[in-house]
Amino acid sequence: MAGFYLVLIRRSINLVVVLFLVLVLTVSLLGETMDKILTDNIRQEVVGSLIDSKIKFQSAADQQAYVNQQIQLRIKNLGLDEPWYAPKRFSNTIFKVMILDLGRSYFTTSDNGSPEVIDIIAERIPRTLLLFGSATIITFVIGLYLGPYLAERHGKTIDKTNVFVSMLSNSLPTFYVGMIMIFVFAFMIPIFPERSLPTSSPSDPLYLVDLLYHMALPLITLVVLGVAVQSYFVRLFVVNILDEDFIKAKRAIGVPKKKILYSHALRNAAPPLLNSIIIGLASIFGGALLVEIVYYWPGMGLLLYDAITVNDAPLIIGIVFVSTLIYVVAVFLTDLAYSFFDPRIKAIS
Amino acid sequence: MTIQIRPSRRSDIISGFRRSKLGLTGIIILVFLVGISIYTVTSIPLTSFRQWNSPSYWVDYPASAAPAWTNVGLFGPTAAVHTILTPESGHEISDYTHRGIHIVSKAFSTNFEYDSYPSYFTIPYSVRYGEIPPVLEINVTRPDGLEFRIYYSSLPSNTVLENEAGTSKNHSQETSAQLGQQPTEEQSVYSSRVFSTDRDISNNLRQYTTLFNYSPDVTQPQVMIFSDTKENEILKGPYTFKLTYYFFDEKDIVEEARVILGGTVYGLLGTDAFRRDLAIGILWGTPVALFIGLTVAVGTSLIAMIYGLTAGYKGGRVDEVMMRINDFFISLPVFILLILISVRYGLNIFLIVVLLILFGWAGGARLTRSLSLQIKNLQYVEASKMMGESDMKIIFRHIIPQLLPLIFATIAYSVPGAILAEAGLSFLGLSDITIPTWGKILNEAYAASATTLGMWWWIIPPGLMIGLTGLSFALIGYTLENITNPRRAR
Repeated sequence: MAGFYLVLIRRSINLVVVLFLVLVLTVSLLGETMDKILTDNIRQEVVGSLIDSKIKFQSAADQQAYVNQQIQLRIKNLGLDEPWYAPKRFSNTIFKVMILDLGRSYFTTSDNGSPEVIDIIAERIPRTLLLFGSATIITFVIGLYLGPYLAERHGKTIDKTNVFVSMLSNSLPTFYVGMIMIFVFAFMIPIFPERSLPTSSPSDPLYLVDLLYHMALPLITLVVLGVAVQSYFVRLFVVNILDEDFIKAKRAIGVPKKKILYSHALRNAAPPLLNSIIIGLASIFGGALLVEIVYYWPGMGLLLYDAITVNDAPLIIGIVFVSTLIYVVAVFLTDLAYSFFDPRIKAIS
Repeated sequence: MTIQIRPSRRSDIISGFRRSKLGLTGIIILVFLVGISIYTVTSIPLTSFRQWNSPSYWVDYPASAAPAWTNVGLFGPTAAVHTILTPESGHEISDYTHRGIHIVSKAFSTNFEYDSYPSYFTIPYSVRYGEIPPVLEINVTRPDGLEFRIYYSSLPSNTVLENEAGTSKNHSQETSAQLGQQPTEEQSVYSSRVFSTDRDISNNLRQYTTLFNYSPDVTQPQVMIFSDTKENEILKGPYTFKLTYYFFDEKDIVEEARVILGGTVYGLLGTDAFRRDLAIGILWGTPVALFIGLTVAVGTSLIAMIYGLTAGYKGGRVDEVMMRINDFFISLPVFILLILISVRYGLNIFLIVVLLILFGWAGGARLTRSLSLQIKNLQYVEASKMMGESDMKIIFRHIIPQLLPLIFATIAYSVPGAILAEAGLSFLGLSDITIPTWGKILNEAYAASATTLGMWWWIIPPGLMIGLTGLSFALIGYTLENITNPRRAR
C-alpha cells in the first residue's frame, strides 16, 4: 500500500499547486479590471449620495473638489491607492478567494436577491452537476454494455461503424449539435422547449417533472455525443484484455462467454478506462460549459458567459476558482481510483 | 497502459492505408479540404476575407436568403433568385461618339424563370465626369418585345457634388486609386444607385399603363416590369436592362455598373442576417481551420516528443521532476484559462495557436515518456549502449524512428481538439474578430437566433465542416496507430 500513499501525497501536492497557480494567474489577469470597476463604483456612489444629501455648493469647482476628496478618502479606506499587484493587496485577494470569500458581484444576483458571488455560484453548481452528472452516468453505463458487445465483434461492420461515429462525435462541437437539436426538436417538431430554464417555481409539486422535461434535450445531446466515444474506449481496452493468457485459460475451462466479457475482461479493463476518463475530462468540461449556453441551462457555464458579457470581474474570478476546484478535485479522485485499481502501483512498494 | 511498439516501415503505412476503409475515408476528406483551401486562396478575392465584417462590402447581397438550390419548386412556387448582374455576366457594350456626344451603353441580361416577382431591383453605378454632368438612361427590354424607358435623368453637376456627396466621393476615389486611375483635377467620381422605389421610375412607367389590360401598380416597378400585359401574372423569359450614359466630354467614363434583382434565395449556401454570402465564409474558414489545427498539432507533438523523450531517457530525478511538472499541466483547466486570457487581452489567431500549444502538450508527453521507457529497455538498444554509442545517437537512431509513426498519430489525433477549442472560443465571442472562422459563423447564427428563425443554412454547414475536418484527422490518426501498434487499436 505504500505505493498508493506515495501517489496520494504526490497528487495532493499537485492539486494544491494547480489551484494556487490558476488563482494567481486569474488575479493577475483581472486585477486591473477589478480595480477600475471598483473606483468607478466609488465615483458613482459618491455622486449618488451627493444628489441625495442635497448639499449646496457655492460653485461647480467647489463641488468637484468635494467629490474628488470623498473619492480619494474612500479609495484610501479600501486600500485601492495601492496597485492590485502590491504584495499586501495581492496576497490578501488570493487568501480571500481561497477561503471562498469571493466578494460581491457587480451586476448579478442570485435567485433570492443576494449579490454575494458565493451565493450565486452555490445556486448554480447543483444544476451543472445534475445535468453533467446524469449525462456522464448514463453515457458510462451504456458504454459499459455496448463496449464488450463491440469487442466481441471487433473488425466487423458494426464495430467499424462505431469507430467512425465515435470519431465524428469527438469532432463535432457540442454546442453545434445542441443548436441542431434545438432546430429539429424545438423548431421543426416542437416537442421540447427551446430554452431549458424550468418555467415553474421550485415550490411547485410538479417542479421535478418540469425540470426533467426541460433538461431532456441537453441531456439527450450530451448522451448522444458521448455514447459512441465511451463504448469505443471500453471496447478498446476489453479487446486488449481478451488477448491475455488468463482469458484464454478461462475460455479453455469453459467459463461462459458472457461472463468472460462482462465480468473478467471488464474488471481488468478498469484502470486504463479510468485513465482515459481523466484525459477526456478536460474536453468534457469545456464542451459542457458551452452546452449550457446553447440551451440556457442556468448552470455555471451560462453564468460564466453572462459574467464575461458584462465584465463582472469578481464573478469571473469566483467561477474560475470554483470550476478549477471542481475540475481538479475530479481529476484527483479519478487519478486516485486509478492508482487504487492498478496492481502495478501497489507493487512499487 | 498496454502499448507496445512494433517496428514499422514506410511501405507498411501505405499498404495499411490501402487496406483500411476508414483510413482511406480520412485521406479523401483531407484531400477535399486541402483542395477547397487551395481553391479559396487562389480564386476567391482576398477582399472578401478582409471585408468579412464590413457591412458596406455586402450591401448588394440579400439578407437571410436561403441557398438557391432549395428553389426546385417541389413545395410550391419557386422564389426569385437574388441575382447580381455584373458586366462579366452577360454584358454588351457599345461605345461611340455621335455629334460630339459620347454614348456608352451597358446591357445586363438575365433569364427570369421564377414564380415570384423580384423583391426589388437596384442599379449601383459610378461614373467619372468633368464640368458638364452626363445623362443616364435606363431601358428594360421584356420577353414580349416591349421596351420600357424607366429612367432618364441628368446626374448632378460637379459643383453640387463637391458640397453634398463628400463621403461617397471619397469612397469612390479609393476604388479608382485601386484601379490605378487617378481622377484628374477637373473631374470627379460620382457613385450612386437607382433604386426600384425611385419616384422617377414610377413617373416614367405611368406612360406604359395603357399597354396593360388591367391597371398595373406604378409604385411597384419590380412587379409592373415583370408582369404580363394580358393578365396580372409574371412574364417569364429573358429581360435586358440597358444603361446608356450620354457624356459631353470625351474623357468621361463609366467606372462601374451593376444590376441587382432582389430575391429570397441566393448562392450555394445562402446568406446570413448581415447579408454575407455564407459560401465565402465557409470557404475562407477552411484554410484558417487547417492552419490552426495543423500548427497546434505539430507544435504540441514536437514539444511532447522532446519532453517525453528527455524524461524517459534520462530517468531518475530528472524524470521525477519533469513528470511532476507534466502532472501540473495535465490538470490545468485549459479551456477556462483560455477564456480568462481572451477576456483580458482579446485573442488573435496566432495567440490562440500559441496558447493551445502551451497548454496542450502534456498528455502527449506522458505517452511519449512511457513509450521511450519501453524502447530504452529493448535489448538491442541496451546492446548499442554497451557498445558505447552516444545518447544522442541512440535517441536519433533507435528511439525516434520507432516513435515517429505514433507521433504522427498523436498529431492527427490532436487536430480535432485544437479546431474544437478555437470554435468554442469563437462561439463565446472571444476569438479573432477580424477573420471568418466556422466557430464565429456559428456564434453569429446563435446570437441572431437562427435556430428559432429556421435558418438551417446558417447553422448546418459551418458545424459540419468543423466535424468533417476533425473526422478526417481522427480517422488518419486511427489508421496510423492501427498500423504501428496493432495491439492498441484495432
